[in-house]
Amino acid sequence: MTLERFLIIGAILFSIGLYGVLSKKHSIAVLMSLELMFNGINVTAVALSRYTVPYLLTTHSGEKVVQYLLTGQIFTIFIITVAAAEVALGLAIIIAIYRTHQSVLLTDSNQLKN
Amino acid sequence: MITEQLIWMIFILPLISFLICSLIIRQLFNNRSIFAGYVAILLIGLSFLISVLAFYEVIINHKQITTAPIEWLTIGQFTLSIGLLLDPLTIVMLTVVTGVSLMVQVYSLGYMKSSGQDSNNSEDPVELGQPVLARYFSYMSLFTASMLGLILASNIIQLFIFWELVGLCSYLLIGFWFHKPSAANAAKKAFLVTRLGDFGFLLGIMYLFSHQHLFPSDSNPLDIITINTYVPLLVNTGLISLTAITLISLGIFFGAMGKSGQFPLHTWLPDAMEGPTPVSALIHAATMVAAGVFLVARFFPIFEISEFTMTTVSLIGAITAIFAATMGLVSNDIKRVLAYSTVSQLGYMMLALGSGAYGAAIFHLFTHAFFKALLFLGSGSVNHSTGTFDMRFMGGLRKVMPITYVTFLIGGLSLAGIPPFSGFWSKDEILLNVFNHSANLNSDGQIWLSLISSITFALALVAVFMTAFYMFRALFMTFEGKFNGGSDQDPNAHAHGPVHLAESPKVMTIPMIILASVSILIGFFINPPFKIFGIDKHWLVETLQHGIVSLHTDFNITLAVISSIIAISGIALAALMYLKIPLINTQTTLISPNFVSKIFKPINTLFSRKYYFDELYEDLIVSSIFYKKIAKFLSWFDQNVVDFLINSIGWSTRNIGAPIKQMHNGQIQMYATITSLGILVITFFIVFGT
Repeated sequence: MTLERFLIIGAILFSIGLYGVLSKKHSIAVLMSLELMFNGINVTAVALSRYTVPYLLTTHSGEKVVQYLLTGQIFTIFIITVAAAEVALGLAIIIAIYRTHQSVLLTDSNQLKN
Repeated sequence: MITEQLIWMIFILPLISFLICSLIIRQLFNNRSIFAGYVAILLIGLSFLISVLAFYEVIINHKQITTAPIEWLTIGQFTLSIGLLLDPLTIVMLTVVTGVSLMVQVYSLGYMKSSGQDSNNSEDPVELGQPVLARYFSYMSLFTASMLGLILASNIIQLFIFWELVGLCSYLLIGFWFHKPSAANAAKKAFLVTRLGDFGFLLGIMYLFSHQHLFPSDSNPLDIITINTYVPLLVNTGLISLTAITLISLGIFFGAMGKSGQFPLHTWLPDAMEGPTPVSALIHAATMVAAGVFLVARFFPIFEISEFTMTTVSLIGAITAIFAATMGLVSNDIKRVLAYSTVSQLGYMMLALGSGAYGAAIFHLFTHAFFKALLFLGSGSVNHSTGTFDMRFMGGLRKVMPITYVTFLIGGLSLAGIPPFSGFWSKDEILLNVFNHSANLNSDGQIWLSLISSITFALALVAVFMTAFYMFRALFMTFEGKFNGGSDQDPNAHAHGPVHLAESPKVMTIPMIILASVSILIGFFINPPFKIFGIDKHWLVETLQHGIVSLHTDFNITLAVISSIIAISGIALAALMYLKIPLINTQTTLISPNFVSKIFKPINTLFSRKYYFDELYEDLIVSSIFYKKIAKFLSWFDQNVVDFLINSIGWSTRNIGAPIKQMHNGQIQMYATITSLGILVITFFIVFGT
């Protein structure tokens, strides 16, 4: 398994998600597509973190220890948490829109125009 | 004795009067607006007293007072400061302006009161039922303040500002009865014609200012004293060319021509008689129209440098003097006769200035201001009783209005130049100086200039005859013979009820009596031909010319006799034609006005149509050239070129905007797509762009 394969998978997931966000009429579907984009990014972040070159740390006792960077993994955990919160918020907004517009289709809510 | 604060007060007191009349009395107490008159009289009277005080200080002690300059505005390196300047010229003007203004304000109390009431029951749509006195006195105070500011100004910009302000006041007061179309038009005409002259003045100032780097760095190049001191020096050293000075002085003179109604910018002054009569007396006889003469006198050291300018000034003056006098011969409106006479007398003053007789010009200005204001007040008094200004409908008023008659007669004799009335002394001084000037030029070998000067002298002498004739024609038509009905007969009169022949109230006659006594005495005592009562010979003229012109003229008995004979013969001719004398009744048919006007019909028409100057200006210049050519071209240019540019800018923005508008359809996904594409483009550039 090489880094490229993970990056390609991440890119494919991101692109599918982007396509969904830009093309789906239904707002729930758009929200789901957004999740796909998050996951594409998560895969990329973890893969990059895992495949970058580890570096050497010198401990107090003087021996050298191989250390891996965990930045990408930590980022991913944060993104998953935030995404969960965002979905809850997003669904609440969709319900609010439904109450005012009697519709959840994005094409029906075009108030930005005016 | 006289402090800077006091000098400022001369100018500020009328200004305060203006503020009180316009902001307090007119707004809050308009139904008791007679108080505006009291306020104006009180404050202008105080101003007059201070002027008299200053007169002693400056003239007796031969002092020239300047107040400390107040910094007004700074533009880059250049600082414009304002201040006041008091020299003998200023002082003479100050006493004239405050003195005549005071008399006229008192007179107005009586004159305008009745006019104001008249306007209640007739034609005033705006101020219906409202007394007009507050408006009247606020304008008059503003005028007095501006005129004093103009006289006292110590720098040329300050002078120009007040110069325009008096023009504005003149406009407001000529158009005082603004509901009358003729008055509104006359006001507009006066403003535009004088404005034309002011433009020349402004050009002169700007051209002068373009030489400012030549002045010493510590001096203010716009200061009048600086200009008058350094410009002659700069010309002598060749730093400023004579041509430049000629152009500058001609520019300044053009402004003076507009204000003083000199040929060919004289057309506005006779029309200005549409204003109330006291206004004519103050503005269009004594003060504002004399401002042109004052301006030339103020910059006399500059004018003197250029021979060409001096010749122009004297020629314009002489032409104006005779030209206006001829029109005065045939006018039937008493105020217009006086207006033409004013133009003619201002021509005399210009002629004197052009001949180098600085003192004589100001001397004549001084005496003329008093007797001409008196004559105007007299015509107002006549109008007060007859309701008309047309002399054909007057007559026989001598018995009814004895005070008006006597004062008018004194004014008339003074204007005609009969000794010992004041006009005689000043006019004689002018004639003598012009004569000497011509003789001096001849002995200097300047034949052509001498010839021109002789011609101006001859014109001035003819004008003396005409002046005497038209003045006494007016006097006889108004006061002698039998009464011809007044406003009841005159179809053009703005009658305010039936004619009631009576002498005017005291508030009107007393100012006239004061002005008349001044007109009798002052000409002799202020400038006597020999030392008398401790007054030096030619005291006023010598004082004025002190340090400016070294021109000494002695009283010439021959010339005085000749000019008096000419004036008396003018009066005699007027008497023959207009006075029905029983003894020589048979002869009067030959020289009766109707007969004479029939013989000289073409000339008579030419005079009474004012040489067709109004037609020339309005039909030929304004209508055919300005309207039909220049304005038409400008209109075409505006519609086709300017509008095309503006429209094409609008068209292009609208059409460029149209496709962009389509993108803003309110669909969030559209926006997101465009944003994504944008990010893609940016990424592309980051990755592949070097």
